[in-house]
Amino acid sequence: MDRILNKLIIGALFSVAATVGHAQTENLSPAALATRAKARNAPGIPYESVPNAIRMPPNLYLGEGIGVATNSKGHIFVYTRSQATRLFEFDAKGNYLREIGQGLYGFVFAHAVRVDPEDNIWAVDEGSNMVIKFNPEGRVIMTLGRRPEPTDALAAPMPVLNPENPGQYIFNRPTDVGWDAQGNIFVTDGYGNSRIVKYDKNGRFIAQAGSKGSAPGQLNLPHSLAVDAKGNAYVADRSNRRIEVFDNDLKFKTIYDNVGTPWELCISPGPHQYLYSSNSFPDANDYTLASVTGEVYKMELDGTVLGKFGKAGKQLGEFSGLHEIDCRNPNELYVSEIQLWRVQKIQLHPTAAEGSK
Amino acid sequence: MSRLLAAALLFAPSIFAQAPEIPFTGQINLLKLPPTIYMGEAAGVATDSKGNIFVYTRTGESATMGGSRFFTHGGSRLFEFDRSGKFVREIGIGVYGFLFAQSVRVDAQDNVWAVDRGSNTVMKFDGLGRFLQVLSRKPESVNPEGPAGGGGRGRGGVPGQGIQGDNFNRPTDIAWDAKGNMFVSDSYTNARIVKLDKTGRFIKTWGSKGSGEGQFEMPNSVAVDAEGNVYVADLGNKRIQVFDNDGSFKRQITDIGAPWAVCISPGSHQYLYSSNSNPPDSMDNGEIYKMDLDGKIIGKFGSAGKLPKQFGTVNEIDCRDPNKLLVGELTNWRVQQISLTSH
Repeated sequence: MDRILNKLIIGALFSVAATVGHAQTENLSPAALATRAKARNAPGIPYESVPNAIRMPPNLYLGEGIGVATNSKGHIFVYTRSQATRLFEFDAKGNYLREIGQGLYGFVFAHAVRVDPEDNIWAVDEGSNMVIKFNPEGRVIMTLGRRPEPTDALAAPMPVLNPENPGQYIFNRPTDVGWDAQGNIFVTDGYGNSRIVKYDKNGRFIAQAGSKGSAPGQLNLPHSLAVDAKGNAYVADRSNRRIEVFDNDLKFKTIYDNVGTPWELCISPGPHQYLYSSNSFPDANDYTLASVTGEVYKMELDGTVLGKFGKAGKQLGEFSGLHEIDCRNPNELYVSEIQLWRVQKIQLHPTAAEGSK
Repeated sequence: MSRLLAAALLFAPSIFAQAPEIPFTGQINLLKLPPTIYMGEAAGVATDSKGNIFVYTRTGESATMGGSRFFTHGGSRLFEFDRSGKFVREIGIGVYGFLFAQSVRVDAQDNVWAVDRGSNTVMKFDGLGRFLQVLSRKPESVNPEGPAGGGGRGRGGVPGQGIQGDNFNRPTDIAWDAKGNMFVSDSYTNARIVKLDKTGRFIKTWGSKGSGEGQFEMPNSVAVDAEGNVYVADLGNKRIQVFDNDGSFKRQITDIGAPWAVCISPGSHQYLYSSNSNPPDSMDNGEIYKMDLDGKIIGKFGSAGKLPKQFGTVNEIDCRDPNKLLVGELTNWRVQQISLTSH
């Protein structure tokens, strides 16, 4: 009964928000107009945010909620930018368990955390330019990329970062990691380079694709990555405001450009996979963006939009700078936010048309 | 197409393929760290006479702003393990010169020497981990844009030679002769070897940037044999140069790739090990050569990679036991124990 009531209330709120958004069109900044999603009139999927989804011990604080991921036992991993970049683990009920990687050489400026099918934990750090693989016990078992040596006046000249040929094993502010069914590793690289790189499961380079630009197959800030069961790689091509899909050999396949500015992608497991894409509210410098960003789209893998949920804001159930989504359970998502230093647990209640399976 | 090309390059016959392969095993889980302590780049590894293992690792510096200057600190840690790999303790917690680990060596009296490329210092600890001595001086502050703040260390004299004294500029390694004289490779900015007596008093320096005899490009490692000859891993020139005890050029060893780390085993028959390490931005090369002191190659083992029995930029070799080596790997953040068989 409560659930139906919630649906009605949230649905009603959405129609109000949609109307308000439409009325304000003429006041939108150019950036807001450009980022407004073509699919913005997609049906609103009823949902609620579960309060206090994770609980920190006293004297331990989350900073920017950069990354969140779950393992097969439902444990929650949160990668955060506080005074140091830190990685925390919680049990399935949100109780704090432990910290992983205290003082780690590769922890400089968090960007994403993901858990692979063997429950290994992967941290992507855009400050150290590294992707770090921890086993489930929390010990480092592989690294990709390398933290630059300190750039003080005593240093040898920095290696030349060549955007045309960045090399096979050095990243420039990497953003995300994913795997195909064979365990091959995909990395989006990133703010400095504009490419997706594929490695075998032992970290040996296989292929790369992408260069900076806006033509099909080019990338401009590949910010997030997800791989489907067939091994296709979906890249959030953020500054081009589109999702690009590559096949398993990194041949460009197609573009989805109807869901605003994709900051974060997640593909759920199981026989029917869904693609989630967040048109994140970037920051408060241009508040007209708040009326046209903040929502997360639920899509079929072929790009069909099934529905959306969320909007920009600071309340529970609203999102500010949504930066990572965990969608191991497609109707029970975890999302982390930059601006609000938190992780939310989102319960979705999709209708059959919105993919309730 | 690019995959085919990559595969072709991968299996291209090495020009060093004539060296026989030495069978070996690799143990990557020898060292057991406490739950809250993590290894970073394993720049240095060494053993003492009891088999205790010392690892000097890069764990990440931090900076403090004071006035208009940046002060860096806390970038490296020195750990001790027993011969079974059990963690014993950390040495030098918060020591001023621990900034960017480069190597660690143990002298004949079991003193532990940490060479730090960031602070420009070489620090001596006794077997109990107490600080005894420091060579050179840490620059007062760093300037991300320009010359070092405070000191101007190692910048006098002919370019690349450094000034007379223990004023290092990115030192890389230390070794001793039988009398206790010290030889420090002073590498990335200077390109020279500094000889000091056993008390730390400066004796002489030789070398400058270049590719001629007695010149260096990044001397990254140094070892001394029982007769006092000095073997310098001249990384950029892809050779090991051998000098007598006074720094006179004797000969060079080539066809072993780019030597990142050299080690000479003790005992009546000494062996020379040299690692043709993969640069951190590649997974090429990586093999380690075992030689007689005259440079004759006995065999080689290993290759670059992330699996056991593969190496991620070996930066230091311990060869106290010539058939049970320890290698410190930069990009794999680990120390691997290598057991060589039947040679």
